[in-house]
Amino acid sequence: MKLPVYMDNHSTTPCDARVVTAMLPYFTEKFGNAASRNHAFGWEAEEAVDQARKHIARLINADAKEIVFTSGATESDNLALKGVVEMYKEKGDHIITCSTEHRAVIDPAKSLEKKGIRVTYLPVDKTGMVDPDDVRNAITDKTILISIMLASNEIGTIHPVNAIGKIAKDKGVLFHCDATQGVGKIPVDVQAMGVDLMSFTAHKLYGPKGIGALYVRRKAPRVRLVPMIDGGGHERGMRSGTLPVPLVVGFGKAVELCAQEMSTESVRIQGLRDHLQDGIMGALEEVYLNGHPTDRLPGNLNVSFAYVEGEALLMGVKEIALSSGSACTSATLEPSYVLRALGVGSDLAHSSIRFGLGRFTTLEEVDYTIDRMMKAVNHLRAMSPLYEMAREGVDLKSVQWATH
Amino acid sequence: MAYSDKVIDHYNNPRNVGSFKKEEEGVGTGIVGAPECGDVMKLQIKVEQDTIVDARFKTFGCGSAIASSSLATEWLKGKTVHEAGAIKNTDIVQELNLPPVKIHCSVLAEDAIKAALNDYQKKADPASETEKTATSAGV
Repeated sequence: MKLPVYMDNHSTTPCDARVVTAMLPYFTEKFGNAASRNHAFGWEAEEAVDQARKHIARLINADAKEIVFTSGATESDNLALKGVVEMYKEKGDHIITCSTEHRAVIDPAKSLEKKGIRVTYLPVDKTGMVDPDDVRNAITDKTILISIMLASNEIGTIHPVNAIGKIAKDKGVLFHCDATQGVGKIPVDVQAMGVDLMSFTAHKLYGPKGIGALYVRRKAPRVRLVPMIDGGGHERGMRSGTLPVPLVVGFGKAVELCAQEMSTESVRIQGLRDHLQDGIMGALEEVYLNGHPTDRLPGNLNVSFAYVEGEALLMGVKEIALSSGSACTSATLEPSYVLRALGVGSDLAHSSIRFGLGRFTTLEEVDYTIDRMMKAVNHLRAMSPLYEMAREGVDLKSVQWATH
Repeated sequence: MAYSDKVIDHYNNPRNVGSFKKEEEGVGTGIVGAPECGDVMKLQIKVEQDTIVDARFKTFGCGSAIASSSLATEWLKGKTVHEAGAIKNTDIVQELNLPPVKIHCSVLAEDAIKAALNDYQKKADPASETEKTATSAGV
């Protein structure tokens, strides 16, 4: 087994070797500009882009013309929110989103608020799920957009998007879904979901960094956007700029592989994830699951280890690449806003660790992780005053802490 | 984030982890921080004839918080109560090479030292406690 072990697949995934192989010719001999209409170099590049676009559209049950290439999911989210609001602001000035969205949605929403747009941030239940009834109740005659993610990047919880899409359709409100963590991992069907716009990116599904897409519905309804980048009118005028053909080809190849392998791959990854969860929870007491027990991404495990601080824990398992909801290094010293929105106490939010399993995770790596986590948690609990107090029967909630 | 070798050493081999009985004679206990803030330090000293003969800590917090309190126990041993009161958080920052974002860990360690000394003095001489505080405030 090679160290360090990579268990942070929500953050990014390695590029699949088959993807890299497909991309390589487009850096050198097939270097044409896909927008060059009058010579063979351009035609060759355009043909490759068309193929990739078809694969991507097919994976999400869309039409190839509905795929707008961007630099990644952050740009797609920005284009969806700002572009829709700018286009439809005469119709209304209200959008609905959720408190646990990724910053790529929250921050554009906050930026729109500064321009006078009203934003409703819906709460979630203790599993991290938004209630479709809350969405329905938040809609007013001024609502122009609903933006709810498919699956959480922190806790993996999968939202009831089909129900939300139906409500949006009934009320005539556009629905954008940030599906960055879901596409390529779980089946995604824009028709069944009833989404009008959907963001996703290549590097979360074993493709290259620097390329993403925004699905923009063309029929029933035909969604229009004000572009953020003006230029040559590429991508139906919604996103100008010469397409990075090698990246587009890599994105297409990565999606093609996901389509072929998702059904078997997700079963294998979920099996490893369950093994990890059972192993950790069997070896250690007072470990709490964050997120939905069943409706969550197959590769996700987010748990809080009571009485130990997340960053210290990461330091104890530095041969394993992980992420923590503790924000000990951030300027604000605030723990994860996603976990806080679930009602997880600040103490347990500081104690949270996110495991992200993926295509290249092995059973050996999972067993190694269980063993290392167990040792590190025990090491830290032995020097934790909270663990000692809890052992002595002190109710930590009743202690008057000298808050600093 | 990269930790200094000294922080890593204290994390892997923490000095003086443990607890004294709070009610034991000569023992001063300081508990500072809060679980909600992500760090809690418990620091204890054992004093004999005005000299700190032993010290213990337990810390819930990041690696820098653990290292700061571990280092504090090392420094406390052998010092007089008066000398211990002179330990500054900046000394800890310098010794452990803490980055700006981790300075609060050293502040917490200084607070813990002060709280332990205060507790010891209160126990040793409950009557003079208010007087002493007033004097030090005057200085």
